Amino acid sequence: MTESTIFELSRPGRKGIRFPAPDVPEASLPTDFLRDELPLPEVPENNVVRHFTNISQLNHAVDTGFYPLGSCTMKYNPKINEETARLPGFAQIHPLQPTITVQGALGLMHETQQWLAEISGLDAVTLQPAAGAHGEFTGVLIIRAYHLSRGETQRTKMLVPDSAHGTNPATSAMAGFDVVELSSDDRGNIDLDALKSEMDETLAGIMITNPNTLGLFDENILEACQLVHDHGGLVYGDGANMNALLGVYKPGEMGIDVMHFNLHKTFSTPHGGGGPGSGPVGVVKKLEEFLPAPHVVQVTEGDEDNPDIYDLIVPKNTIGRMKSFHGHFGVVVRAYSYMLSLGKNGLLDASQSAVLNANYIQALVKDVYHIPYERLCMHEFVTEASWDDAPGVRALDISKRLIDFGFHPPTNYFPLIVHEALMIEPTETETKEALDAFAEALLQIADEAKNSPEVLHNAPSTAPFGRLDEVKAAKDLILKTQLPEDYGNHSG
Amino acid sequence: MYTPHTQADRDAMLKAIGVDKLEDLFQCLPEEGKFPTLDLPDGISEMEVLDELSYISSVNETPQELISFLGAGAYNHYIPAAVDSIISRGEFLSAYTPYQPEIAQGTLQAIFEYQSLIAALTGMEVANASHYDGATAVAEAVNMAYYQYRGRRKKIILSPSVNPQYRGTIHTYMQGIDLEIIGEDLDPEASPDDLIELIDEDTALVLVQYPDFFGRIFDMTKLGEAAHEKKALFSIHINPISLGMLKPPSEFDADIVTGEGQPLGIPLSFGGPYLGIFATKLQYVRKMAGRVAGETIDSEGQRGYVLTLSTREQHIRRENASSNICSNQGLVALASTVYLSLLGKSGLKEVAELNYHKAHYAADKISTVPGFTVNPVQPFFNEFVVHCPSPAAEINEMLLQHDILGGYDLGVDYPALKYELLVAVTELTSRSEIDHLVSVLEEEYHD
Repeated sequence: MTESTIFELSRPGRKGIRFPAPDVPEASLPTDFLRDELPLPEVPENNVVRHFTNISQLNHAVDTGFYPLGSCTMKYNPKINEETARLPGFAQIHPLQPTITVQGALGLMHETQQWLAEISGLDAVTLQPAAGAHGEFTGVLIIRAYHLSRGETQRTKMLVPDSAHGTNPATSAMAGFDVVELSSDDRGNIDLDALKSEMDETLAGIMITNPNTLGLFDENILEACQLVHDHGGLVYGDGANMNALLGVYKPGEMGIDVMHFNLHKTFSTPHGGGGPGSGPVGVVKKLEEFLPAPHVVQVTEGDEDNPDIYDLIVPKNTIGRMKSFHGHFGVVVRAYSYMLSLGKNGLLDASQSAVLNANYIQALVKDVYHIPYERLCMHEFVTEASWDDAPGVRALDISKRLIDFGFHPPTNYFPLIVHEALMIEPTETETKEALDAFAEALLQIADEAKNSPEVLHNAPSTAPFGRLDEVKAAKDLILKTQLPEDYGNHSG
Repeated sequence: MYTPHTQADRDAMLKAIGVDKLEDLFQCLPEEGKFPTLDLPDGISEMEVLDELSYISSVNETPQELISFLGAGAYNHYIPAAVDSIISRGEFLSAYTPYQPEIAQGTLQAIFEYQSLIAALTGMEVANASHYDGATAVAEAVNMAYYQYRGRRKKIILSPSVNPQYRGTIHTYMQGIDLEIIGEDLDPEASPDDLIELIDEDTALVLVQYPDFFGRIFDMTKLGEAAHEKKALFSIHINPISLGMLKPPSEFDADIVTGEGQPLGIPLSFGGPYLGIFATKLQYVRKMAGRVAGETIDSEGQRGYVLTLSTREQHIRRENASSNICSNQGLVALASTVYLSLLGKSGLKEVAELNYHKAHYAADKISTVPGFTVNPVQPFFNEFVVHCPSPAAEINEMLLQHDILGGYDLGVDYPALKYELLVAVTELTSRSEIDHLVSVLEEEYHD
């Protein structure tokens, strides 16, 4: 099944595209600055298209099958959103055009900000962050700026629960905070005693994911946020699990002061094999002045004869800009189209169905797969994939065996606090038949784990590739196509 | 409809779970505030969504209505049809990060080829799978240099002719870190060699742009040597299209190369999503942030690819990771991979030269208008500074009346450059558009 690389398909003198001849006189080239060789491939269009089409078919994707990858919200990505993002009035506008020529784009961004604020119960939203981790960084810098603006330079401690995504501690460290890990209690909640012992004058805040990465709604959330607020700290909400809460509960109501959204999870924009994402950040009123610049605002409200007018401003005590321009506008258009399609009832239905689907699979498998914190789950759940009578079988083996049944495996080995974790998030866009088939596969695999473990160790056996040697990859470090010495010099 | 359940499905599922109704699944949430009525519109059909979005998009003015000479970090280039065709494939579009390599070889091979193409283009030994955009790639270069010296070197030398938005992003990123950033207050029109005297033993990184924000091309050899003499890292930010003709930054012995990949087949899309190019020397690969795909073999001995060196990354190192990056620009990197594959060796050179010739034609013509001047000796690529007889902001306002986006007003970022207009020309700018701009300037500015 191995495909040649695009470099291996190259033959001297072939071309993939033709450009027009210059319609201006040719200028003299800057001879001191010209490169001698350009070792790029030479492939005609047909073969380029065939190459990328062929390799695309080696992927499992939401469009090809069920993808219950925990914490990633692999819901269906509606096709209409691809079409709207490509409308020339969106795709062809330059980010530095005078704002009066891009009122449609700014209006769409403003409305998206308003809707996300309404969904989250927060007061203001920026669309600038490029991804979830980038949103976290934005939010944590806002927390830092807030404390500094009050002269509280001693607030350097950021609390992060042990169940958190790795981005949370990494983000806090990037912003210069000292990270302190907090343990979870025996129901999977934040341990309030552990939290109390960290309440001192160095407290900057806490980064909370709720529902947490066990898929559980934290039963101590109100008390935990209150405690942090009472000691002068701020609460950051990681919105990775927001798909459980649309129209169900507003994070602002829990006591969250600042949070990010993952438009590429909750709001259906495609993951694209790793990105682009979009990580808008919402804040309470007192943090609005620290938002990144530029920020979209409505300058004047229109009437029957005049449209609303929007502009870009620099918030009073802004943390600065997080990237070029205004964020991932193309992703925002997709998310806006999605929210427009679903409306308030559709968003609630999405979250309720996501929670229903996760609980349904959990109910079908829980007698066989141990659930470490057995409660009703939210939009995902975590099981411990190990049995005393199947000693050699690991979560990874179960994952690889699921591939043979046509499913993408769940997230393995996360969260770290669960031994041999399998984290399952079905999302709301799957039919009952798909959920039944997946649960059935899990049960059959549990049976195989005990009776024919070699089937699991040798899995996958039906995929185009067997297990790949990761140790070899790290040892050899072949990170690009190995080209012959004279590659860039052949004729052409 | 994106949710499939019928009432019968729902009832059967609730029964299996052992609860009576949907609301019972949310019993552990606080009662107060549960199921708020959101102040949002009701849902609408796909037809209506398309109507609504078509209307909103029509309010914006595009290059179909305006002749544009705007660049300043985002450029209007031709995108071959095959690029969008490939990135629209659901197998690429709707896949996640390739954590299960047996069923993600499409994405992994595409990343590997992207790394290979970026390495070939920049002359560097390794590239990562992407950052969010040029600005964040540059900020990550600063971050990498800081961690390279474990915070023992506390100075970054930043050229004033690096894109002001990138410099702003660096300041935002580093605000919690004890680091001094110098060089930005030099004369913006100074040459890279003027940075040399700032370099000392406390310097972790020297950072420049090539072609610079003003479109100018300089030889960076001496600056690189001076940086290395003091054991500082040397980082160059590039425009990838320019490398179709210009010497790659490896020839100036760059340790880190960053770039804004948007010109490589990515639509302007009001500023994003774009593509952060990041490449380095092999010796620094373990200090580089972001994902990397590596070649290996599977259990049958077939060549395949996996994400490798993940022990650098946040999901393993948590608070000890030098960067928190997780999602990157996967699909956008794929677009640039298809773009570079199609253009290849001769196409990229052709398009670079088209940009060069047209920009020089435009500069020559604009210089003929009384009161407008362009530095006649400074080499540039596809963007150049025009000194105007009145403030650039006023020129732009006047040009907009003629449905022309004149260029970028440099006074926005450089108070001393209020009369300077940054003009960009690409292969999509026609001779007649350039001539039209010149005739409008002549009309408005005849003596």
